[in-house]
Amino acid sequence: MNFTMPNLLPAYPEICLLIMVSVVLVVDLFLPERLRYVTYALTQLTLAGCALLTLNVAYLTEGQVAYTFSNMFVADLMAHALKLGAYIAVSTTLVYSRAYLADRGLWKGEFFALVLFALMGMMVMISANHFLTLYLGLELLSLSLYALVALNRDSALSTEAAMKYFVLGALASGLLLYGMSMIYGATGTLDISQVAKSIATAHPNKTVLTFGLVFLVSGMAFKLGVVPFHMWIPDVYHGAPTAMTLLIGSAPKLAAFAMAMRLLVNGLLDLAVDWQQMLVIMSVLSMALGNLAAIAQTNIKRMLAYSTISHMGFMLLGLLAGVVNGNWLNAADAYSAAMFYVVVYVLTTLGSFGMVMLLSRAGFEAENLDDFKGLNARNPWYAFIMLLLMFSLAGVPPTVGFYAKLSVLQPLLAADMAWLAVAAVLFSLIGAFYYLRIVKLMYFDAPTDTAPIKPNLDMSVLISVNGLAVLALGIMPQSLMALCYFSIKSL
Amino acid sequence: MNIEAIVFYLFAAILLIAALRVITARNPVHAALFLVLAFFTAAAIWMLLRAEFLAIVLVLVYVGAVMVLFLFVVMMLDINLDRLREGFWSYLPLGATVGVLMVIEMVLVLGGKYFGAEQLPSPADPGPGYSNTKELGRLLYTDYVYPFELAAVILLVAIVAAIALTIRRRRDTKHQNPAQQVMVKRADRVRLVSMPSEKKGG
Repeated sequence: MNFTMPNLLPAYPEICLLIMVSVVLVVDLFLPERLRYVTYALTQLTLAGCALLTLNVAYLTEGQVAYTFSNMFVADLMAHALKLGAYIAVSTTLVYSRAYLADRGLWKGEFFALVLFALMGMMVMISANHFLTLYLGLELLSLSLYALVALNRDSALSTEAAMKYFVLGALASGLLLYGMSMIYGATGTLDISQVAKSIATAHPNKTVLTFGLVFLVSGMAFKLGVVPFHMWIPDVYHGAPTAMTLLIGSAPKLAAFAMAMRLLVNGLLDLAVDWQQMLVIMSVLSMALGNLAAIAQTNIKRMLAYSTISHMGFMLLGLLAGVVNGNWLNAADAYSAAMFYVVVYVLTTLGSFGMVMLLSRAGFEAENLDDFKGLNARNPWYAFIMLLLMFSLAGVPPTVGFYAKLSVLQPLLAADMAWLAVAAVLFSLIGAFYYLRIVKLMYFDAPTDTAPIKPNLDMSVLISVNGLAVLALGIMPQSLMALCYFSIKSL
Repeated sequence: MNIEAIVFYLFAAILLIAALRVITARNPVHAALFLVLAFFTAAAIWMLLRAEFLAIVLVLVYVGAVMVLFLFVVMMLDINLDRLREGFWSYLPLGATVGVLMVIEMVLVLGGKYFGAEQLPSPADPGPGYSNTKELGRLLYTDYVYPFELAAVILLVAIVAAIALTIRRRRDTKHQNPAQQVMVKRADRVRLVSMPSEKKGG
């Protein structure tokens, strides 16, 4: 029996996280209610430790692609960058959620454990090089998120949202698995790099491959939440406690992007002609439905949910512009634009749901558009931050949302898909209406609610940094763009 | 016919009879016990196919754990059999259609030229001393150690989530603290009241 020890170095962040989740789980058992901040501090320390380890791995592997665990795990620059993004998003989520959850009796030990498990699922997805690990990471993430949504079990709305999320999520996992099994049947392997090799050299049965691809793309679309697989998004975003909505809406989008890259680009690039058509349809439908339905919403969480659908549709434009007529010179530009778009979207979403939580207080949910009325009169600084975030979502310069949209449109034009670019711009214009409506409500309407806004110091500092980052990155987007470009280049 | 075939047909016959009795037995406890017999015989057939790991797992998990729970449930619930048997004839056409469809599908798959028995040659005799439990374990703990650990983490999430979602600290439960009960002193429970003695018939 010969057994070579797998190289554990590339997986250090995951291993550290697993150990620390167990520590958090056990330590929290022995802590009384008033010492809950110890668990919180441990969780934040874990995130910082994982970030350091990820940087360390990136340094030690010198940016080279490292495979381990019999090629099931891959650590490349894209994985490192997306993991760092996920740590920052989760850490910010925890800071924003602290007061909100404490007011609602949800500031419990299980919350931290489940959040860290969800993060672990994302990391596994980001680093997956095998259908099996990709699926297990997805399940780890989804199961933790279902539980988090249902954590507020006395609320009928949350329970309903969790049930819908669970049932539809299970269906999506089924679709994904079915697609994977078809691709396995055609190529005889589950290893993503082997799948690519087999398609390029062995010419497996095209019908079976395309059949599997349809299911694979459908399952992925479910997780991204693009039309026609978007039904769960508004209900879950609305029903879940806002802290959980923030968690679902931010970091998992990075993991879903990584999943799309690993499956479609790393594995099935030779089938690009087939999956690009599907992405075109989903992208146009998402932008149309997302932007039009968002106008009709009076609840800001539902509005942001529809805005998510339209933004994910926009992101798909970047993914589908990569290959033109079997020629992938355009690919690095297009995929890095999509990655830039996702990162910017996550940054902005963090801030906007953070503002919803900032305006909420014990016994009051600031989830209606009317709750933003006259925010400028109540607190000009937070109104300004919200203005920046809404401008960024709408794509108004000089915020970073403008560059995100621009960088996706450029490869689209280079790929001779001008009609798609025109459609994207038109739908973004429609979308600008409901973002600017919030700005109008904040600046030109009289406040209906005059309670003072008193956030914790850490939250108010972080949300200011978050809003200003949207502006600063809009003025100097080069560094983030370069990071995305080199990440995609390393694939 | 060699001894292996005879044993196979014997087990197959027992399996079929047991499975039939599961749905025809009037007493639900009998039905559950016949299901145990069916599982056990299926495990024996797997053993004939040299899949001893699956056979052991079937006995341990299904017979040992699932069916015992099932029996508990059946015994604890007072099931009205006549109510269950109502509508047998009205469900029969649909049930029969589904059954016939399943048989046709199995024939199509197993008899087809892609998946038929001749397409799947029996594996070579691995020789004496070969243990498929050992081989499975070797693969699981070497090549597939990463997904294996991930599956374990998913189970941990399931435990945490199930407890977080269902545990309730109810105020009205009359639970006891054994430590307190042991530590109790006489003075805590009995109060001696000295009263002046009274005269009888006063």
